[in-house]
Amino acid sequence: MSEELTQRILKVIADSQKLPPEKVTIDSTFEELGIDSLDGVNILFALENEFNINIPDEGVQGIRSIRQMVEALEKLLAGGQSGQSEAPAPAQP
Amino acid sequence: MARRVVVTGVGVISALGNNAADFWQALAEGRSGIGPMTLVNPALLRFPNAAEVKGYDPALYFCNKETDFLDRFAQFAVVAAREAVRDAGIEWTPELRERGAVVTGSCVGGKSTEDEGFQNLYEFKRPRCNPLTIPRTMENAGASHISIENHITGPVYTVSTACSSSNHAIGQAFWLVRNGVVDAAITGGSEAPFSYGNLKAWEAMRVVAQDTCRPFSKTRRGMILGEGGAMMVIESLEAAQARGARIYAEIVGFGMSSDAHHLTQPSMEGPARAMRGALCDAGIAPDRVGYINAHGTATPANDPTEAGAIHMVFGPHADSIGVSSTKSMHGHALGAAGAIEAVATVLALRNHLLPPTTNFEERDPQCELDVVPNQARPAEPEFALSNSFAFGGLNAVLAFRRWE
Repeated sequence: MSEELTQRILKVIADSQKLPPEKVTIDSTFEELGIDSLDGVNILFALENEFNINIPDEGVQGIRSIRQMVEALEKLLAGGQSGQSEAPAPAQP
Repeated sequence: MARRVVVTGVGVISALGNNAADFWQALAEGRSGIGPMTLVNPALLRFPNAAEVKGYDPALYFCNKETDFLDRFAQFAVVAAREAVRDAGIEWTPELRERGAVVTGSCVGGKSTEDEGFQNLYEFKRPRCNPLTIPRTMENAGASHISIENHITGPVYTVSTACSSSNHAIGQAFWLVRNGVVDAAITGGSEAPFSYGNLKAWEAMRVVAQDTCRPFSKTRRGMILGEGGAMMVIESLEAAQARGARIYAEIVGFGMSSDAHHLTQPSMEGPARAMRGALCDAGIAPDRVGYINAHGTATPANDPTEAGAIHMVFGPHADSIGVSSTKSMHGHALGAAGAIEAVATVLALRNHLLPPTTNFEERDPQCELDVVPNQARPAEPEFALSNSFAFGGLNAVLAFRRWE
């Protein structure tokens, strides 16, 4: 687990949840931080923007702690981007 | 004394067919209308499937000029209302027009009109918006067009409570007729949520399934979005009998509640109170209910919560109730869901057949209900409920009685 990457993820989570950065550690659980399922999708959105990636639904639904989130993201970043590309062409109705 | 209120006409346009007969045929066969998305390019989305209305040609229903004024969602409202009025054989006499109401539900209104207009501004840098954008987009567009077409001049309005919109609307219309405020009403809802912008917003919520809609199944992965419209003509029993109308079913109760808890996490208490409210309004004991058309979205959170709420209200009798989610076939049509499901419930009572929960694969111990898996079942319940629960924690439940 890269320390730099971890710190970056922690900062995104703290920012998106309006939490003091020192409260969000690798060992925090979502429950301790008061993060519910709607907050969870909001965090995923913030991470997608920060790393310019698309995070698929599968594999992130059961995440309940910061460590799980960091691990899932590391795996995703290491595996390269799959699925749709960023900034898709405009939709045709 | 409060009047009795009956359903004398139904109209549906949905992924299961563009009229009520085709809709019922599909429900009875347990045939799902979910398939590959065509209205928006699925390559731009994380979910490839949808419950779209099929083979719909506006020119079959409207002249050119009319469609200029009607977003797809309002077209669905008008199409369903026309069928319901024709089906009821009701004549809007000058007296009845003033004593008539139109109450509809819609959650998102004219999303594709809005999308198109804003794309012109933001992307193509055009400096102006189509002047019909506002009247096409407003959630009450369907209600207003139905009112104009039938010259109905009594109370006409639209309720927007996310996925409970139509049930709240039908409940309001039911009470208007029951309390003698009006003598007849056209009520239901419509929705056409398939715009690129709106679907991207749903994608970000991460509640839409990649595969299909499997309510109450352990293998469920979320909802499938749907579109369409459904309308009913309701009137006082007295008026219906006086004109010799065919009666589909009686509306006997309406209950509503708010969770006052969380924007998206469902609670058990709120839905339970809405179901109890409908039973109380109908003046019936819980053990007389034999069918529930569930909200049953197939999200991980909704189904166990709804199952728990049903057990809270019905106790041991819950095991004797057929509980199906027809969303497994017509998808989740958001603000139109309650209307489509109310018609499904009314037709189930009339045809003595419980529509199934299709795509059902595996029992979930958290959803211990008789979900009428995969195959319709002959049954003659006297009373049935139709549940709608919405984001924002708003719950609305209708109670119907079989008509003999």
